[in-house]
Amino acid sequence: MGAIILGAVSLGTLWAIMTLGVYITYRILDIADLTVEGSIATGAAVAAHFIESGMNPWAATGLAIISGMLAGLATGLLHTKLRIPPLLAGILTMIALYSINLRIMGRSNVPLLQTDSVFTGLINFVGGNKNVSILIIGLLCCTAVSVFTYWFFGTEIGCGVRATGSNQQMARAQGINTGNMINIGLVISNGLVAFSGALIAQNQSFSDVQMGTGSIVIGLASLIIGEVLFAMKTNSFKRVIFAVCLGAILYRIIIALVLKAGMNPNDLKLFTAITVAICLSLPVGRSYLMTIIKSVKGGRENA
Amino acid sequence: MLKLDSVFKTFNPNTINENKVLNGLSLHLLPGDFVTVIGGNGAGKSTMLNSVAGVFPVDYGTITIDGKDVTKLSEHKRSAFIGRVFQDPMTGTAASMNIEDNLALAFRRGKSRSLKWGITSKERKEYKSLLATLGLGLESRLTDKVGLLSGGQRQALTLLMATLVKPKILLLDEHTAALDPKTAAKVLEISEQIVEKNNLTTMMVTHNMRDAIVHGNRLIMMNKGRVILDIRGEEKKKLTVEDLLSRFTVAAGEEFTSDSAILG
Repeated sequence: MGAIILGAVSLGTLWAIMTLGVYITYRILDIADLTVEGSIATGAAVAAHFIESGMNPWAATGLAIISGMLAGLATGLLHTKLRIPPLLAGILTMIALYSINLRIMGRSNVPLLQTDSVFTGLINFVGGNKNVSILIIGLLCCTAVSVFTYWFFGTEIGCGVRATGSNQQMARAQGINTGNMINIGLVISNGLVAFSGALIAQNQSFSDVQMGTGSIVIGLASLIIGEVLFAMKTNSFKRVIFAVCLGAILYRIIIALVLKAGMNPNDLKLFTAITVAICLSLPVGRSYLMTIIKSVKGGRENA
Repeated sequence: MLKLDSVFKTFNPNTINENKVLNGLSLHLLPGDFVTVIGGNGAGKSTMLNSVAGVFPVDYGTITIDGKDVTKLSEHKRSAFIGRVFQDPMTGTAASMNIEDNLALAFRRGKSRSLKWGITSKERKEYKSLLATLGLGLESRLTDKVGLLSGGQRQALTLLMATLVKPKILLLDEHTAALDPKTAAKVLEISEQIVEKNNLTTMMVTHNMRDAIVHGNRLIMMNKGRVILDIRGEEKKKLTVEDLLSRFTVAAGEEFTSDSAILG
């Protein structure tokens, strides 16, 4: 049981990076960016390809991040320059990336069994439990990304991105080039997503062209779980970032537990989709409940 | 300070929804002019302001601000010269950001944005004292989300943001229309103070003829995308609503049709 939780937590730290990427587009930019489904696999594909050809795994991961940023830029340009709605722009890039990912890998699945990964060094150094090493590297990467996110969105440009996501008309009236800000947000977001994909591929020792399927829903589920449980009434950006990371870890624990309890892995995506639907509808459900409670109470008082 | 030279703008050209909103509009604002703009529905008041702000390109004509031709300049670049307050209180501020962040964004209008920190502690002090001058108690709520403020508070904040960096032109587009009468009066009073203190060149669209007469040193009336009346100085001070209505009928050759302007 302990091993299962440890495995889930260490995997969660890797997915947390992707969840921060989803947070940037979904919450800060107010765009549901489907590029994620492609760029997470692109990150994995680029990392796998270069590691397979003998490159240092960290350098390969760096290239994966850049490839994700380019994917984000593609979606951004489709939206800001060609005026394609963001949802559709994301879908176009996602579909295009499927072919590109196959090109990068040369086949649909690249195993990484005999090669080094970013985790290898630490595993050899500490010895023993592989999951502990993954957890340490995962936490380090996750912390670095969190600090970067906190810093960036506190800068003048970062504030411009936030203002663009909040109110484009206002942003333009304050001299902010909203198109550029959307591009910057999408580039950073998909860079993080590809980073996460590269780490996940190295963790599971293979890259698969299908691995992005449903990832946006996983990202949203993690994001919403984190927000609902750990950041309901806060103005603190630090707290929100922390909550988002915790959400990703908690999501992995929940999945590990339901699988342990005997759920068919084929049903996982359905389970995730239903979780997200319930979480997203919480505000509606709550106000509905409140009306019922009020009317019952009011009825009693009037009686 | 601001010069519009035979500006034309047609929306949805060559369709059944074709709408010729500005028809050779020309207007020249002198430095320090506070112009109130009135006119019926569809007269082109908001379109004129949006043309100046660069929300859309105009079809023909030139727009010059302080001697600089801005006709082809994009909206976000033009905003270096322009402060704006909108009719909808939701439009002028970023609701999900807090008060000081909104002010810090406005403080950087017209400057290039870098990777420096988005707000400094020195600015915070300045914002606090500026907010205190509004008399709305906002100076103690710097880190509150703007979404929590009332419409009147948001308009007052937007006014402050529009003038934090002194604009060459201040555009007020029916900025009190969505407020209750008491709040509207307060926001108008704040507008008047800010304009006077900074000696701003201002255009204020209003649907209320009385406001248009009381405020500013010059009044223009628009109809069918042109200026049909331009009244200033002593002549404007003596104006009454009845005068305006009769002069509209003479100038436009038709009755003035906007209930709210007459009754408001």
